[in-house]
Amino acid sequence: MSIPILEVVDLHAAYGRIEVLRGVDLAVPKGAVMALLGPNGAGKSTLVKVISGQKKPTSGDVHLGGVNVRGAGSEELARLGLCTVPEGRSVFPNLTVEENLRLMSYAGVPSEAVLDTAYSYFPRLSERRHQLAGTMSGGEQQMLAMSRALASDPALLLLDELSMGLAPLIVDELYDTVAQIAASGVSILCIEQFARTALRVSDYAAVMSGGRIVASGEPAEVLETMSDVILGGAA
Amino acid sequence: MSSLISFTILGLFTGAAYAIAASGLVLTYTTTRVFNIAHGAFGMVMAFVFWDFSQRQGLNLFLSLFLVLGVIAPAIGWGIQRFVTKGLGEGPVSVALVVTVGLFVGLIGLAQQVWPPEPRTVPPFMASSGVQLGDTYVTAHQIITIVISIGVALALYVLLNRTRIGTAMRASVDNPELLRLFGGKPDTVAALSWAIGISLAALGGILLSSVIGLSYYDLTLLVINAYAAAMLGRLKSLPLTFVGAMGLGILQSFAVAYLPSDGFLAGTRAVVPALFLFVVIVAMPQAQLRIGQVKGIVSAPLPSITKSVGWGGALLVLVALLVGGGMSTANLLLVGTAATYAMVMLSLVLLTGYGGHVSLAQLTFAGVGALAYAKLEQPNLAGLFLAAAIAAGVGALVALPVLRLTGLYLALSTLAFGVLMDKMIFQAEFAFGFNGTLQAGRLSVLGNAIESTGGYVLVMTLFLVLMGIALLLLRRGPLGRVLIAMRDSPAACGTLGLDMRWFRVGLFGLSAGMAGLAGALFAGLRGTIGAADFQFFNSLPLLLLAVVFGVTSVTGATLGGVGLMLLPVMQSNNPGIAGLIFAILGFGAVALGRDPNGLANLMFGLGRRLQAVVLPQLRDKLPVLPGSRGSDDGEDADLADLLPTPLDTPQPPDSTGKVPAHA
Amino acid sequence: MPDHQHVAGADAPLLEVDHVVVQFGGVTAVNEATFVAEAGTVTGLIGPNGAGKTTCFNVISGLQKPTRGKVRFRGRNVTGAPVHRRSKRGMGRTFQRLEAFGSLSVRDNVRVAHDIHRGLAGLVRPGAKDIDALLERVGISAYADERADSIPTGTARLLELARCLAGDPKLLLLDEPSSGLDETETDDFGDLLRDLAAEGRGILMVEHDMDLVMGVCDTIHVLDFGSIIASGAPGEIRRDPAVQRAYLGYSDEVPEHELAGAGVGVSAVEETRTDLVPVGAASDATTVIPAVGATTPEDVR
Repeated sequence: MSIPILEVVDLHAAYGRIEVLRGVDLAVPKGAVMALLGPNGAGKSTLVKVISGQKKPTSGDVHLGGVNVRGAGSEELARLGLCTVPEGRSVFPNLTVEENLRLMSYAGVPSEAVLDTAYSYFPRLSERRHQLAGTMSGGEQQMLAMSRALASDPALLLLDELSMGLAPLIVDELYDTVAQIAASGVSILCIEQFARTALRVSDYAAVMSGGRIVASGEPAEVLETMSDVILGGAA
Repeated sequence: MSSLISFTILGLFTGAAYAIAASGLVLTYTTTRVFNIAHGAFGMVMAFVFWDFSQRQGLNLFLSLFLVLGVIAPAIGWGIQRFVTKGLGEGPVSVALVVTVGLFVGLIGLAQQVWPPEPRTVPPFMASSGVQLGDTYVTAHQIITIVISIGVALALYVLLNRTRIGTAMRASVDNPELLRLFGGKPDTVAALSWAIGISLAALGGILLSSVIGLSYYDLTLLVINAYAAAMLGRLKSLPLTFVGAMGLGILQSFAVAYLPSDGFLAGTRAVVPALFLFVVIVAMPQAQLRIGQVKGIVSAPLPSITKSVGWGGALLVLVALLVGGGMSTANLLLVGTAATYAMVMLSLVLLTGYGGHVSLAQLTFAGVGALAYAKLEQPNLAGLFLAAAIAAGVGALVALPVLRLTGLYLALSTLAFGVLMDKMIFQAEFAFGFNGTLQAGRLSVLGNAIESTGGYVLVMTLFLVLMGIALLLLRRGPLGRVLIAMRDSPAACGTLGLDMRWFRVGLFGLSAGMAGLAGALFAGLRGTIGAADFQFFNSLPLLLLAVVFGVTSVTGATLGGVGLMLLPVMQSNNPGIAGLIFAILGFGAVALGRDPNGLANLMFGLGRRLQAVVLPQLRDKLPVLPGSRGSDDGEDADLADLLPTPLDTPQPPDSTGKVPAHA
Repeated sequence: MPDHQHVAGADAPLLEVDHVVVQFGGVTAVNEATFVAEAGTVTGLIGPNGAGKTTCFNVISGLQKPTRGKVRFRGRNVTGAPVHRRSKRGMGRTFQRLEAFGSLSVRDNVRVAHDIHRGLAGLVRPGAKDIDALLERVGISAYADERADSIPTGTARLLELARCLAGDPKLLLLDEPSSGLDETETDDFGDLLRDLAAEGRGILMVEHDMDLVMGVCDTIHVLDFGSIIASGAPGEIRRDPAVQRAYLGYSDEVPEHELAGAGVGVSAVEETRTDLVPVGAASDATTVIPAVGATTPEDVR
């Protein structure tokens, strides 16, 4: 197998004196979709923050496409081709849809191309191009957020709790989009509370607990070991 | 009718200049959450630079303009954001306020150092041209200013709505962290806003300087006008800021035109912006209680009561030795002044150190206390405490309109309040009178008048010690705990049943009362007091020194009081670097402002180690201390320059007259 | 099956949330939520991540204005009342993201709460209440003299509870009180909740530890997309198909044998209890919700 697109080696991170990541090892193969599951407080979101450069690790390394990027700022990583869709509202509420889309061109794709891609995938966004993003429904906001993943052709896509607070139909729609992106060859690391939803589109899965990866492998394998580890329930 | 038109045009002109400056203020505040109190001060310095280029060096007008607006101001804005204000927006509001007040004072000092007081004029643009509009003559400068302000508004609109970097600026207001994930650079965006913001401050300053003159203070206080205008748009909306600025300009112009030019109402002409501000603030809606703790506050250790009584006693003994040691009256007055400042700083320990709120007009409250004491003509304890109570009531009144708002607005309102008192109330006939003074008698305790200066200074020190101990007792008691709790988590206090709005008003009142007590004692010390003793501006170095020496501890306040007393002494001793001293203080506070525990806390650590070794030796040398305290004995005459006490030594002309006097 | 048949007046429930709607821009965080919490009982408010639980809490305690709807507390409409007035009326709450007074000691945290509760008198004279007994009761007396920002998260949550109790509230709103507690501590905590309810207090709790929720709650309300989709006793909730769907996701493409391996949550949850949820790690409060009871493939349909 070639070099993994993302490799995390013995990563530690802490908030003050409380260590949240206690030696995380994780590799996402190029072109694969990996689901990262785990219970409340396992450290998943902290891991996303460290990988995306929003938080400094205390020790350990992060390799992106074979290059050690530990300590790089999140804007540098974004320009290197890492596309992070953080949990919660990941659009600028007081900017219009179109302005949100234009800002996505920082990743290197011309803004016209971003607009084209976004509007062809989500015609609804085109109808609302002059509306403030914050006045749209949660699902529409998440579509807007996903447009960045679609348009920027990232080396790695990092999705954090895409489905949070969204109606099932919309979650399904969003995951169809994830599947489309995956089919185009983009590597994806996907953190999800609804394991079943995430496993539908993933090639590999890993389970995090207590700040470590406690199981990883094919979705079926992971599910088998889950009874011993933790699923935190959301199967 | 024609006068109405001409005053409207005059108002539009000043309004246009305010709008330019105010839009810069809004830009920097929204993108970085740092309210730049020094905004006007930057405009002032830039106006001086422009004068230097265009008048002193005789450069071409347009070249000078380009250099100031296109090179120097943006570079300074960029640098300030990069090296000074970066990251301040996320910390406690009080820290950001102190740091920008440091810039404020530092810039004034710098300007005085580089361009010592002398008459300077900046001619208006196209001085000889103008247009006759009916009966009204409109100067070209006025037209240019109004046109430029429209140009600025359009340019800002295009920048923010039609360019990617401008969109990124607005995005950064929403969520800088997300902008980073998009690949944008919030730091660059912030630096750019500051570059533009300072440039706009410069433009506003330059346009106004030909009308109001190149003055260190008038241009600096432009920040209040800009702030008042910006408040109409709640520091967010640029269009409303422009509306506010124009409205304010016209209001001010009409005030000049139609209010009587003598009597009490004449004073209102100078304080229209401050009044405008209060009206806007009262109309603001209730702020929502914010969830989320404020990080980064460390408190100084609390000494035990026995220990603090011990130190208080030591201070009293020290002062008694000074008094008994035959210190000159001038130096005794300095010691009394230091005690006054220390007490005012104690009121800041309560408000800022414990409570986390900032007052930019603490000396004004001292002035209210002094005024009340002098007016009451009851030089006894009852009169003293009544004066303090009046100051407390005034403090509560100031906090009342901002009851519903957050800390920043409270602090900024005190700024407006300081100006209001300075220009309107203190100068009024019923107060000190214009350039006037009032007599105040020395305090008598239980029928025993304390006539000697030495005795009076000792009594003041006793008050200082008692106030310090009372403050420490309060801090250890339930009230102190509530204060700390409120600072740590307002949301939790609310859900525990604390009505923080009234509590804040009470806190503000108590703090103002303490300052008022100090002011009343000071009035008794001096015998003659006037508005000049409580100039609003001096509240700022007072705040800075309090923070530098440690606004969380009584020790810090005591040392700060001595420091503030020495400041004008040092300046009059070294008139050549008077401005520099201010600059050092201001920029020093910029460096130290992030740690409110200040030098005192550093000393506590050091002191414990040194105590065993040095203290015995120090005690032996005690009698020698007077000299080291008020610099050298031989310089008594110089030291007394700023004091009204008649001295037989000839007084050198006060070349630092423009430096605000502290005594 | 919501059950809000109650008569207003004397028998009015301790807390009534009545068709509350909260919208942030175009996003509806809480959608016509209607439920009650009775005195003397423990009521659970559960639901998947982002379902609007904490927003509900903020509306109830007054930190968030609802777009529409009413909150009644002890028979009185408090929808427009400020935070502190609700507290004076007997409402106490803890926070998901800790709001302890970091620079005060643990004991002083509780003492300050007691002083505030006593109003003006409390600000002048220290209260007489036995603070240490309160610390003992929630089981944190070992930390009494520590600064509150230096204690473990679980302890800090208990401290927030003790702080509430200092004001002797009629209703306790607990936002994820057990995260950060280990197994024994959680058991003790469950006993404490029962005790508090037995004293006649109402407890409304957002909680992700299903063992605890199922073990101590008398009634459970399930929130999904901002609406209450089910209310009832733990047993009913466990079997409610709507709840199953809310928790397990909605895809029906996963083969059943995978679910068989997956529906095990409860037994394994314990392992995670030792995890510390970091203070201020906002997004780490992301929650994967433990399975509602032990599900079998039959249940999930």
